[in-house]
Amino acid sequence: MLKGIAASPGIAIGKVLKYENKLSLFKEKIEPWEIDEELQNLHRAVQDHILRLTELRDKTGREIGEKEAEIFDAHILMLKDPMFIESIEEKIRVGKNSAAAAVKFAVEETAGILKDVDDEYIRERASDIEDVGNGLIKNILNIDDGLIEKLNDEVILVAQELNPSDTARMDKEKVLGFALDTGGRTSHIAIMANSLEIPAVLGVEGLSKNVKDNDLIIVDGNKGIIIVHPSDEQIGEYNRQLEAYKMKKSMAEKECNRPCATRDGKEIQIGANIGTPGDAEYAKKYGARGVGLYRTEFLFMDRNDLPSEEEQFIAYREVAEKMAPGPVIIRTLDIGADKSLPYLELPREQNPFLGWRAIRICLDRRDIFITQIRAVLRASNFGNIKIMYPMVCGVGELIQANGILQQAKDDLKKEGIAYDEKIETGIMIETPAAAIICDILVKYVDFFSIGTNDLTQYTLAVDRMNNRVADLYNPMHPAVLRLVKHVIDVSHRAGKWTGMCGELAGETLAAPVLVGLGIDEMSMNPLSIPRIKETLRRISFDKAKEFSKEVLSMEHPQEAQDACRAFLDQTGN
Amino acid sequence: METRVVVSDENGLHARPAAQFVKAANSFVCDVWIGKDGRMVNAKSIVGVLSLGVGKGTEIVIKAQGQDEEKAVEELKKLIGEA
Repeated sequence: MLKGIAASPGIAIGKVLKYENKLSLFKEKIEPWEIDEELQNLHRAVQDHILRLTELRDKTGREIGEKEAEIFDAHILMLKDPMFIESIEEKIRVGKNSAAAAVKFAVEETAGILKDVDDEYIRERASDIEDVGNGLIKNILNIDDGLIEKLNDEVILVAQELNPSDTARMDKEKVLGFALDTGGRTSHIAIMANSLEIPAVLGVEGLSKNVKDNDLIIVDGNKGIIIVHPSDEQIGEYNRQLEAYKMKKSMAEKECNRPCATRDGKEIQIGANIGTPGDAEYAKKYGARGVGLYRTEFLFMDRNDLPSEEEQFIAYREVAEKMAPGPVIIRTLDIGADKSLPYLELPREQNPFLGWRAIRICLDRRDIFITQIRAVLRASNFGNIKIMYPMVCGVGELIQANGILQQAKDDLKKEGIAYDEKIETGIMIETPAAAIICDILVKYVDFFSIGTNDLTQYTLAVDRMNNRVADLYNPMHPAVLRLVKHVIDVSHRAGKWTGMCGELAGETLAAPVLVGLGIDEMSMNPLSIPRIKETLRRISFDKAKEFSKEVLSMEHPQEAQDACRAFLDQTGN
Repeated sequence: METRVVVSDENGLHARPAAQFVKAANSFVCDVWIGKDGRMVNAKSIVGVLSLGVGKGTEIVIKAQGQDEEKAVEELKKLIGEA
């Protein structure tokens, strides 16, 4: 039995797959006439690797989370770093090293510089440069280490260390657990393992030296224990624990394909937030009945020009067909603020979150907007599609957007192209302005969807990426909850409905309040769906209604959170 | 053109703020350097900026040379110094 750090809870029993981040031998020295070729080789690999990392960043952002994706931004900057690149070039040109060897030496040198800095956090960045360097060398040598991208059997991954780029690429369905020699509770791998709900024990010194491929091991992520070659007795004991856990989980997963209602029968639609057609499959697996937020931005990213109507149509249709008859809410392009598109050359702004973004850009760049609207309308003929505009603050924008929608419909009709004539239209409620005047806006829409991340940020005047004020960010603040209540009430009085697609919808703790306030639909990261459905089924709508009244009168966010925790504890497991 | 500024960010120039700083530096055409205790590094280099080990309250020098040097110095100063 080996002790380590319990970094992600759960139990895994399985066979070891050792992942070694070692590189095969390569030629180190070159002849003078090979210099140009090696330089070219280097530059191709750098460009190629930047593209790969960009893809990885977006994939991680969609599947795991924006926070987890941030690390790749730093990696990309390193590949664009003039000091780093020049140092590699010099080692090729002057040192007559092969491109791969030059990268290796430059990484050692650079990591050495960072390891000398008198700051623990920066010293740890040395491992980032090593990660980038390894990726780059593999790219130069054309090594396709697809090893962990497509696994045939379920495994427990054992390694000295795992880099974020390894975890992002791996075949997550087949990895039962992680056991590493290094790493702590706040390492990248711990954060990822938690988001993916994969048990992990880290910091187990000497582990990888002491196991071989296919050894049987147990990872106990609850206690931080690794058992190599467990006895029959130990296997039996852990199997019992695992079965109990699996049963609970499979019940939640089985349940999750049934419609979701509270204990006393109030039905709530559960949708998924997705970014690409591929995500739709994933969403269904976790029990989403529809898509509550299709972020179309991803279709516009990582390319050099705008996607055509046809390209967009194909993507939207694919999602509509996959989810049919479930609804798919397509949010029109939401760029600007923290999301830019290099080829649009959006200006740098003093206050990007208060600047030219989302619907504001679309109304100024009608060409982009109308192309997207036409693609959405055409796809609406193949499923249950709804349109949603982001960042609406006033009725003017809404009327303008609806006008463009009408024009697109008229055009399509003239062209004899079919679309869903009854397509529902809605808006995101993500600014205090929209929430406060939703009684006006409601006349022009069929539904609302509350985006709690921006709504909280704008209502509380807090940038949650700013460490100094991030602790003020709290969607359970009475100001935010009261706006949520107002929006739901107004929509119901008008005979319309309100959903929620911000992160709050996926938080177990908030569920009793949201249900009590009468939310009609909740859309979230697919991974959260089984957990939320299980929670909703335990709640009584009648009791939640009473409870939400109490919460709305509470003075402090912390009070509201404590009350929710107590409420959920009372409903039992 | 150059200026002195005291870093006000709680975390100094750590990975995230350093990345923002380097990205901003890269948006200018001119050459930009950042220096601490007499050591100057290329401000467009993340490794360089990290290697300075700039903590909160450290005084640093920002230097720029080229067509948009004034704007570069001014904006970069704003990014890391007291408002």
